[in-house]
Amino acid sequence: MKKKNIISAILLFGAFIAVLTGCSNSKSSSSSSDSNASGKITAVGSTALQPLVEKAASNFQKDNSKISITVQGGGSGTGLSQVQDGSVAIGNSDIFAESKDGIDAKKLVDHKVAVVGMAPVVNKETGVKNLTMDQLKKIFTGKITNWKDVGGKDQEITVVNRAEGSGTRATFEDAVLGGDKAVKSQEQDSNGTVQKIVESTPGAISYLAFSYINDKVQAVSINDVKPTDANVETNDWPIWSYEHMYTKGEAKDATAKFLKYMDSSAVQKDLVGKMGYISIHDMKVQKDAKGTVSNK
Amino acid sequence: MDEIQRKLQQSSKATREDRLGRTICYTCIGLIIMLVTCILYFIASKGIATFTKDHVNVWQFITTSNWEPGNMDSKGHPMVGALPMIVTSFSVTLLAALVATPFAIGVAIFMTEISAKRGAKLLQPVIELLVGIPSVVYGFIGLSLIVPFIRHIFGGTGFGILSGTLVLFVMVLPTITSLTVDSLKAVPMHYRQASLALGATRWQTIYKVILRAATPGILTAIIFGMARAFGEALAVQMVIGNAILMPKNLVSPASTLTSKLTTDIGNTVMGTLPNDALWSLALILLLMSLFFNMLVRFIGKRGNIKNAS
Repeated sequence: MKKKNIISAILLFGAFIAVLTGCSNSKSSSSSSDSNASGKITAVGSTALQPLVEKAASNFQKDNSKISITVQGGGSGTGLSQVQDGSVAIGNSDIFAESKDGIDAKKLVDHKVAVVGMAPVVNKETGVKNLTMDQLKKIFTGKITNWKDVGGKDQEITVVNRAEGSGTRATFEDAVLGGDKAVKSQEQDSNGTVQKIVESTPGAISYLAFSYINDKVQAVSINDVKPTDANVETNDWPIWSYEHMYTKGEAKDATAKFLKYMDSSAVQKDLVGKMGYISIHDMKVQKDAKGTVSNK
Repeated sequence: MDEIQRKLQQSSKATREDRLGRTICYTCIGLIIMLVTCILYFIASKGIATFTKDHVNVWQFITTSNWEPGNMDSKGHPMVGALPMIVTSFSVTLLAALVATPFAIGVAIFMTEISAKRGAKLLQPVIELLVGIPSVVYGFIGLSLIVPFIRHIFGGTGFGILSGTLVLFVMVLPTITSLTVDSLKAVPMHYRQASLALGATRWQTIYKVILRAATPGILTAIIFGMARAFGEALAVQMVIGNAILMPKNLVSPASTLTSKLTTDIGNTVMGTLPNDALWSLALILLLMSLFFNMLVRFIGKRGNIKNAS
């Protein structure tokens, strides 16, 4: 009995050490994981892109059983910094690497895999369905504080913003605020929470990716342009961003194969649309890191 | 002869086991100490970087209220004023402890003095159940029930310190209760017997003898509850509103140190100022929990002296 105890203690101890060293190993040996000779790919970053990559990865692994892909969230900042460190093979991001402080975009190679459109959403009781771009800007900078000033009910406006530094917020502010500062307000860090809060808080306004907009919140048109995929493809709807998958240097081996799969019609024609994103192949315009839009 | 000599000189199985056991023990302790030191060092070195590497004034960090670590102000200083978060963290913690303590003491007295049998059968499992519920569930309940309720009564958005307090109240209640129960149980039986023999009623005994004798233990319980409230992140983040504004009242959206950390840590890049600033917030949290721990020890010591004299 005693012996058993000691043996189990040793085993436990061994497991503990294994966990510890496992942790430190993943950091120290990670720089070599770029080669992916073993067929292991880790993709980390944007939570907005995560569901698409996860689904694509599981489909991909059905045909390539030797390659194992791990997809994790953590946010665009985490994705970019980890891929820059070489800790992971792919860094998912909602924003261009150029626009993030502390990231050397020259070292990273951009793979655009999808486009996400975003639209302002308001609580249904506000009675507002359309805003001009100027009105929208004034609401988010705190200059308009009552819905009656923009044709709605006499009700105070509650701005719900996204976490500072999040990709969604950066995209929205680039397109709407044009360099001005947003009013200090509530910040939430996920589409799901934002949707729930806008749905239940009178006078609330926020913005959501298209796939999170349902009939419980009111999507707002801007300058009478409706937030639809077709309008994003022509840039008539200006609030959209690419979903990037960054690699450090050119992608190699398994990583290259997976990224090629992400760009294939199996993903772009079918999966992307199903999951609420817009295919990169359907875009009639392109945007560069500075936000300049040009025809393809 | 040889046989006996060999047996005497060689270490027996028992001694070997003893040595092995001791080695395992010391290695474990050593590892834990190393782990704790590493964590302390890591958080401290990262948290201090804001002040050493990015040259932010410490005083400015804890006394100004403008938090936009990504931007510079007109003079070129980074805007990292953590005061709103510090104030909010302390407010929810103190308020939650304030609300929870009377309930906790009441329940504890019921469980130990008034109806020990029923208390153990009925309340003990309930208290244990409350401990076991994950904080995200508390947060979700808070978001779905408490926030709309507060909004209905007080107007506004419903997010804020009050909602945070109410969620934390339920979360710290079991901590404070079970520790209070322990300290009440530790009051020697002869105190009660002596008090009753002197003709005191049950209430007089509880109020004047038992609670007095258990005061250090109850204070420790409250502080443990506060430490839990101070460090709680997820549930609070879901109901506090996450606006980095100085709280104007109890129902205006605010942000605690922990909620800011959970919201932002994924969006910053290691080694940049916004990231360092978050580590500094973590450092404040660490220092505060150290402070709570020291307070507990201090009270424990004083309590002991009082009992001995």
